Amino acid sequence: MEEFVKDYLNQGKRIDGRGFRDYRHIEIKHSVVSKAEGSSFVNLGGTKVFAGVKLDIGSPFPDSPNEGILIVNAEFTPLSSPDIEPGPPGEDAIELARIVDRIIRESHAIELEKLFIEEGKVWVVYVDLSVLDMNGNLMDASMLASTEALLHTKIPKIENGKIVRGEFTSKLPMAFKPVSVTIGKYGSNLLVDLNKEEEEIVDARLVIGVRDDDKICAIQKQGIGTFSIKNVENALDLAIEKSKELRRLL
Amino acid sequence: MKKPEAPLIVNGRRVDGRLPEEIREIKMSIGDISNADGSARVSFGNTEAIVAVYGPRALFPKFLQESDVGLVRVNYSMSPFSVDERKNPAPDRRSIEISKVTKEALTSAIFVEDFPKAVVDIYENIIQADGSTRVTAINAASLALASAGIPMKDLVAACSVGKVSGTLIVDLNGKEDNYSESDMAVAMMPSKGLVTLLQMDGLLTKEEVMELLMKAEEVCKKIYELQKKTLFDRFKVEREEE
Repeated sequence: MEEFVKDYLNQGKRIDGRGFRDYRHIEIKHSVVSKAEGSSFVNLGGTKVFAGVKLDIGSPFPDSPNEGILIVNAEFTPLSSPDIEPGPPGEDAIELARIVDRIIRESHAIELEKLFIEEGKVWVVYVDLSVLDMNGNLMDASMLASTEALLHTKIPKIENGKIVRGEFTSKLPMAFKPVSVTIGKYGSNLLVDLNKEEEEIVDARLVIGVRDDDKICAIQKQGIGTFSIKNVENALDLAIEKSKELRRLL
Repeated sequence: MKKPEAPLIVNGRRVDGRLPEEIREIKMSIGDISNADGSARVSFGNTEAIVAVYGPRALFPKFLQESDVGLVRVNYSMSPFSVDERKNPAPDRRSIEISKVTKEALTSAIFVEDFPKAVVDIYENIIQADGSTRVTAINAASLALASAGIPMKDLVAACSVGKVSGTLIVDLNGKEDNYSESDMAVAMMPSKGLVTLLQMDGLLTKEEVMELLMKAEEVCKKIYELQKKTLFDRFKVEREEE
């Protein structure tokens, strides 16, 4: 299989017939879980992810007493791949959740300063990702799911200091729609939206988080290969271009 | 981004008196840990990392072995006393992520096909943290690998760059790291100009990212020269003793 994928790439083609800069078909739905304050489902070329947002009342961090809190977690369920076993998140799940967290946080997508309730009490926004099927590019699918779920999150009503589940006061204040574009490098070629087979053979990947104003809010290199500085520059240009396309889907 | 109480750059000088493109004093030594196959200690100002390398050695359980390549494992940890508030010594999510990206950054430079079925274990410990701990540890790990005789394509040199109070700077200290508008960790194989680790967070334009990468490459080249000198001095002495 590996040789087959490489032969295709060497001829400038991909095994599923796409161009190097094409995403697979993307399906995005929101509000798919009524128990959650916000939720979404993304199917990116067969990679399927649920994102759920739950809100709770919590204590703020001492260094930001007036700001809400964001917590992101990802679970690769054993349903999703023969390589995943039940148990606590492994390093890949932890890395994925931390990148999603950084992209949301550093882009200032959620207006955390508007999540103050009263002295010592703020909203805690939990974003939980549940991965159902892995067919490559879990990163971009998870990021789309997270942003979509947050965009449709409602803040619950509080009565006598307690949350009334199922009744809402307002929408979660969102200022931006950050997305990630993950780019694989194969030789001198850059490819977006790697499928499972391509992920196995590319030299390395760059995850690039992009905000609505084209500002870069996170970068993470993944894999054991290398990038030249010129490769990074080309990847940034490509990421900015593709981010607009992804954002239109939200 | 948290707002600093006072600006981090005043009259063109940083909180510790450095210029934007000035690195802290760097110290490097090799061979502090007698049990290890290779070890090194590197400090950037107050940030100090000590790294031990064990292997290549047999890898167990056996199902982890790969018939054509060896495995590289990295464990990054911070001593409980290395920071202001005591750090719980158990691995946290941050340490797990750093261990993963460090493993990838170093494996890029190692000829893993030279030790199939075996493993090289790299243990990184932060003795004192004042910003840029992951890159300081990578610099030490690279020296430790070389002194353990692990076959490598090049040394890996690493540094941090970032933006504070609107100014692009190199080698962030702890305070700058906490309050930066953006920070970026870069590791390279300097002789070929290849990036093996790249992590950025904060808000930057594409042009700023590129400018920081150029600055990082320059700093990495300086560190690379120091690494080579440290290795040369160490093994030159041993030859004379023979």
